[in-house]
Amino acid sequence: MAPLANQDAKTTNRSGEVLSETAPMEMHPAPLTAGNMFARLAGIGVLLLGVLGVFLYLGGWFSPQKLTPARFVDELERVNGIHSGFRRNHAKGVCVRGFFDSNGQGGRLSKAVVFQSGRVPVIGRFSLGGGDPRATDELSTVRGLGLQFSLPDGEQWRTAMINLPVFPFKDPQAFYDNLVASQPGPNTHQPDAAKGEAFLAIHPETARALAIIKSHAPSSGFENSAYHSLNAFRFVNADGVSTYVRWTLAPVQPYDAATGTSQDKNFLFDGLIVSIQQHPLQWHLVMTVAQPGDPTDNATIQWPEGREQVDVGTLTLDSVESEETSFARDINFDPLVLPAGMAPSNDPLLSARSAVYSQSFTRRAGETKGPSEITPSEVRK
Amino acid sequence: MSARTQFTKSMRFLHWLMAAMVLTMLGIGVAMVASLGDYYRLVSIHRPLGIAILILVVIRFVNRQFSTLPPFPATMSSQERSVAHASEVLLYTLLFVLPLVGWGMLSAARYPIVLFGSLHLFPILPHSVMLYAALRRTHTFLADLLFLAFVAHFGAILFHTLIVRDGMLSRMAPWRARAR
Repeated sequence: MAPLANQDAKTTNRSGEVLSETAPMEMHPAPLTAGNMFARLAGIGVLLLGVLGVFLYLGGWFSPQKLTPARFVDELERVNGIHSGFRRNHAKGVCVRGFFDSNGQGGRLSKAVVFQSGRVPVIGRFSLGGGDPRATDELSTVRGLGLQFSLPDGEQWRTAMINLPVFPFKDPQAFYDNLVASQPGPNTHQPDAAKGEAFLAIHPETARALAIIKSHAPSSGFENSAYHSLNAFRFVNADGVSTYVRWTLAPVQPYDAATGTSQDKNFLFDGLIVSIQQHPLQWHLVMTVAQPGDPTDNATIQWPEGREQVDVGTLTLDSVESEETSFARDINFDPLVLPAGMAPSNDPLLSARSAVYSQSFTRRAGETKGPSEITPSEVRK
Repeated sequence: MSARTQFTKSMRFLHWLMAAMVLTMLGIGVAMVASLGDYYRLVSIHRPLGIAILILVVIRFVNRQFSTLPPFPATMSSQERSVAHASEVLLYTLLFVLPLVGWGMLSAARYPIVLFGSLHLFPILPHSVMLYAALRRTHTFLADLLFLAFVAHFGAILFHTLIVRDGMLSRMAPWRARAR
């Protein structure tokens, strides 16, 4: 490129003032030898490719086996199929509204505004585990409850709980590997029992968790189920003291043992709708406080009996609505949407849940929303 | 009075500060969408860093309006100057629009836009998940464009500094460069 000494000799600033009559004098460097020129061009190429390489590395392009949020949701879609506009897991659901009355007892654990005495509005969604939004209700299916607490200062607390007392998988890889292992075979349409056994053989923590889950028979409905945070969280109080907790929503509605499956496809959801329309449903929000040494990074393990329990307030749900008309359909119940005073623990599931929920949310957000199994007329009848 | 050969001290400071922030931001961006274990930590940095870039690019633009710019090196043809000017416009626009799209997409999804502790931003768009989905795609597209614009900028500076040897880098160098 030849130096152009006299082009654009006048330089002006934006207001048109002339700054210099001539561009600065150029000292003409000696021409580069062919070898030197080649070396410099090669150096530039290496630097630019290096920048590109660093970004590709950060984006995971060189580790195709690495479990990413996209690959996780791809696997959920492979198992369940893609149901346009629905969550990739816990696809079947119905929405609820109500409020949380804090009794102030949580204030010594966390400075979060939600634990000061008073009432905050709550919107939520009951769901069944699995990616099929038209699945038949089964007592053994995992029941979920997602809640969003809207705090007066504009902060939010979101939580997604299930009715199992412990979680079957200790980390996202185990969850994913189990998804792969339990995929129905192309000919049998049944999961391969040998694969399931092989999974349990290398995941004894899952086998232990399943034994605990089996010993807790599911209740008759959504309304008399307890719901658990499963993962531990770190609470920080006004003095800056950290405490690890797990929480449970304990139903005020009396426990009723399930008495066998109804023939009705939506019997669990219909039961919830009938009971919430008869009277508001209530749960106590109970914090279980960890002792030093209790595992905070493994949701497959229960904390020992006798840990301090703090009842921090009462959740009341007094109205129910189809997903089709509810604001809650479009909420991502990301368990790491937390107000100041609540923080994640070192449980590897938490960040992974946040990442995978976000991936699922982003995919379904842009899709046409199909009709929900629990329609507005189903809720009204 | 001799012509300025370097950008003003404040312009150079803002340039290098934002260069570090934007490269960090692009790296966090590609890493977080591919990460399970570090996702939360990275997103928690991504949001406030993006808003800091939005504030700084406004300060930088205003500062530029009140500053005297050094002339382009005489080695640049008029076409090259047009390309350089267009790339500056593109970079300023992206640095302003990318964080705004990020803020807007979180607003449309009604995610709380938490900066630190209880400090959070108000939503700037109505609640619409379809709008969120469109803005989320736009955010990635603009970030890819910003990355390519950065690589082109970096390559052009290297070419001028190492091949043409017209002292292009010294105009923005963090140290005081002597007039050539």
